[in-house]
Amino acid sequence: MADASMSGSLAMTGPRGAKPKRALNPRNIMLYGILLLVCLYYILPLWVMIMTSLKGMPEVRLGNIFAPPVEITFEPWVKAWATACTGLNCDGLSRGFWNSVIITVPSVILSIIIASVNGYALINWKFKGSEVFFTILIFGSFIPYQIMLYPIVILLREAGLYGTLWGLVLVHTIFGMPILTLLFRNYFSSIPEELFKAARVDGAGFWGIYFRIMLPMSLPIFVVALILQVTGIWNDFLFGVVYTKPDLYPMTVQLNNIVNSVQGVKEYNVNMAATLLTGMVPLVVYFVSGKLFVRGIAAGAVKG
Amino acid sequence: MASQSRPFRLLHNLNAKIAALPMVLTTMVVFVGGTIWTVFYSFTDSKLLPRERFVGFDQYERLWSNSRWAVSIENLAFYGVMSLVFTVVMGFILAVLMDQKIRYEDTFRTIMLYPFALSFIVTGLVWQWILNPDFGLQGIVRGWGWESFSFDPLHSPETVLYGLLIAGLWQGTGFVMCLMLAGLRGIDEDIWKAARVDGIPTWKTYLVVVVPMMRPVFITTLVIVAAGIIKLYDLVVAMTSGGPGGNASQVPAMYVYDYMFQAQNLGQGFAASTMMLLSVLIVLIPWAYLEFGGKKHG
Amino acid sequence: MKLTRLTAVLCASVAMPAMATELEVTHWWTSGGEAAAVAELAKAFDASGDKWVDGAIAGGGGTARPIMISRITGGDPMGATQFNHGQQALELVEAGLMLDLTDVAEANNWKEIVFPPSLLDACTVDGKIYCAPVNIHSPEWLWLSNKVYEDIGIPVPTTWTEFVATADQVRAAGKVPLALGDQPWQSNLAFGALTIGVGGLDLWKKVNIDKDMAVAAGPEMAGVFQAAADARALAVGSNVQDWNQATNLVITDQAAGQIMGDWAQGEFQVAQEVAGTDYTCLPGMGMNEYISTGGDAFYFPKNDDPEIEAAQKRLAAQLVSPEVQVAFNLKKGSLPIRGDVDLAAANDCMKKGLEILAGGNIVPTGDILWSPDTVKQAEDLMVEFWKSDMAPADAQAKWVEILSAN
Repeated sequence: MADASMSGSLAMTGPRGAKPKRALNPRNIMLYGILLLVCLYYILPLWVMIMTSLKGMPEVRLGNIFAPPVEITFEPWVKAWATACTGLNCDGLSRGFWNSVIITVPSVILSIIIASVNGYALINWKFKGSEVFFTILIFGSFIPYQIMLYPIVILLREAGLYGTLWGLVLVHTIFGMPILTLLFRNYFSSIPEELFKAARVDGAGFWGIYFRIMLPMSLPIFVVALILQVTGIWNDFLFGVVYTKPDLYPMTVQLNNIVNSVQGVKEYNVNMAATLLTGMVPLVVYFVSGKLFVRGIAAGAVKG
Repeated sequence: MASQSRPFRLLHNLNAKIAALPMVLTTMVVFVGGTIWTVFYSFTDSKLLPRERFVGFDQYERLWSNSRWAVSIENLAFYGVMSLVFTVVMGFILAVLMDQKIRYEDTFRTIMLYPFALSFIVTGLVWQWILNPDFGLQGIVRGWGWESFSFDPLHSPETVLYGLLIAGLWQGTGFVMCLMLAGLRGIDEDIWKAARVDGIPTWKTYLVVVVPMMRPVFITTLVIVAAGIIKLYDLVVAMTSGGPGGNASQVPAMYVYDYMFQAQNLGQGFAASTMMLLSVLIVLIPWAYLEFGGKKHG
Repeated sequence: MKLTRLTAVLCASVAMPAMATELEVTHWWTSGGEAAAVAELAKAFDASGDKWVDGAIAGGGGTARPIMISRITGGDPMGATQFNHGQQALELVEAGLMLDLTDVAEANNWKEIVFPPSLLDACTVDGKIYCAPVNIHSPEWLWLSNKVYEDIGIPVPTTWTEFVATADQVRAAGKVPLALGDQPWQSNLAFGALTIGVGGLDLWKKVNIDKDMAVAAGPEMAGVFQAAADARALAVGSNVQDWNQATNLVITDQAAGQIMGDWAQGEFQVAQEVAGTDYTCLPGMGMNEYISTGGDAFYFPKNDDPEIEAAQKRLAAQLVSPEVQVAFNLKKGSLPIRGDVDLAAANDCMKKGLEILAGGNIVPTGDILWSPDTVKQAEDLMVEFWKSDMAPADAQAKWVEILSAN
């Protein structure tokens, strides 16, 4: 009975719409035409960034931002990665790379675990007041981070976590919680309740249902959460710099130092290279997890 | 809270309550506690450090007599509505297009999503270049011989918010598209089969059947986009510094940060952020009531 | 893997102090020349047997200050931190969070050697000295492109008045007379320069030092506001944000001039332009050879560890020493805080600044005289005034209101 309802109504299916025809029919021309046009909009800034990052500063000053470099130089990239100075430390972005990894990995894992459990409890195991907490949580997502800086300094100081890696992981988990919880809650709510009830009748408990039913069915939303968190935490500058010490400063501190100097010479070519380099890790995650995301769907379709 | 109930009620759902403990602590200690803290100090004349010297509503009076703040609110309202509508519509249409069994889906998706990985400061800088009348798009098109071509959104107070919108949508729509795509693919194949059997055209199925079924996804999207809009800051700093004309593109978050950290006037910054949070509450409470109030889940 | 690395990092930071006293120093000097200048400070400190641990955070006050303040209030202070001297760190001093440097200052005779004395005054709270000044920057400079004027066939202006008089010819040649970026502080800087340049020193002093609001609302200031209103017409057509994009308009001869601080020099140097032949710099706008002097200073958060406190005092003494002053300021392009050092290697524009400094034609900057809150409000007003068609009288009225509320 339970099995039947699962395969009947739950399987996530692959892309749909009319079956693709290889031919160049008007529909396909329209479809790909629109997509290519949209891509032009998305790619234009990337083009400008890459071109600028391959020029020397004299050429950047000439001011044609769209033109390809007359003389290609990879120096800005080398400089951004290895020799750009952050005050005294002239080893560019490479300095903070591993710190960023050390910060991002536990923060992403912990925040996704907690938020997915939250979402699951909120949908399937409601308790008195759970919705009130959820509403406050959503409210929390609208609080600008900067306002919370000082209160959190006090909290971490009292907890003895100020200046440590775990303090920072905690902060990322807290600020990732509202949106991730919403994401999981809403996704889980689309999983039919009958399935949950059937599992309960079979004697499965809170964790049993979570691991055996909810997790395997939620790959797409885990991928979305992963994208959101990796980007947010990898690109975070403020928390990383306020709640840790220089030993643990993430890569974005160097990025900020390269890009955000107020007085002194601005090297736009190095800025662009540094931004692209810093964005590389989230980009790789998108590419890899994007494939997973589609494969998860395909697996669902096969089951169905 | 659960502790108000009698002991056996407390033990009911025990695992779920333990699992929800991090959420309870976060909401009560950080969000509620932090908000109360902020509101409390908005009634003081705190400068660099929080201090308990109360000045009543002085900070609020100063706030509301400030022309920059008033303009910020108007700008945010306009930008917010435009941004919400465009992000959701664009995100949904792109997701539908991506869902047509297209080839190179990975490539298209990555192209639309990559802006999400880049910092706002540089996003703003690059778009500021592209929209610059002298060496950006306008300059290039004029260079091709179309001398009267005019496209300069950032230097006129009437159009500057559209200029910001171009960059803001560029950064955020890809992720919304992903959310929508996840939602579209969570919808049962049977529903499509049924629609096809009934002879409902595809576009109508999307509008009448699919969109209502994706309500949770739309709510998620709205919250994420709206939370981003409220916090809008870096992009404005990088693209316009709040100008032209000094305040044509000012936003509340910028006022808050400028006064908290540049002007070192915490009291004023907290008063402004209290007003921001208050307006969020005004929107959020009716929503929570509708969402949980009369329904069976409540 | 993660854990091993973390332990390694932790061990490294625990093991080091055995050798020398480590002092973490935070600052916002991150561009090429600035970093080279900081390296001089660190080199000197390390050479004396201690260890400089660098904590650079770019972005100036808005970005760096909340970080510094969080660290200090979070109970995990750095060894030393940069601030613009003046009122920015006042409250931290009042809260008892900063180390009293009076004994260092007395031992090294700072009262005699620091010049101008206003720099040390800005470090003094209740008769005690809390910071070590390291350099002087002055904002009141007019930078001109020689080529623009050569092309038109007129001599390069030597004063602001001449600059304004030739503006129509510049406009007719299809160039923008005055480059001005959109950031609020740039408009405020230009207004301050006009006040000294056009209004004169007495006026400036009455308003900013004596805080005489009757003068601020008076006809002389009205003249300055009118001059600013005329100047804003010259800036129409400079569609840039950052100050250095505006400087670039002058470097590439698309604009005739820019009002900007002495740090603009670095941009000309990097573009390999030569002072006197490619560009001209006019301190005090060529009108009154006065410059206002502000700059950077280091503060030292209190620390329980007596070894660290001793190292903090050693660093403070060293920052003011002649050798460090010369090495640092040559790299930074700023002026030294003592008149008794020799800067023979300085370039033309820097030498002009040194002469004015030696002549004593100097006043403190707005950062020292007004609270950050007042400065920020003035910036908001000025950018609105410069970038819109607000009437000079209205702007003056609002300006007086902001200053009076201080």
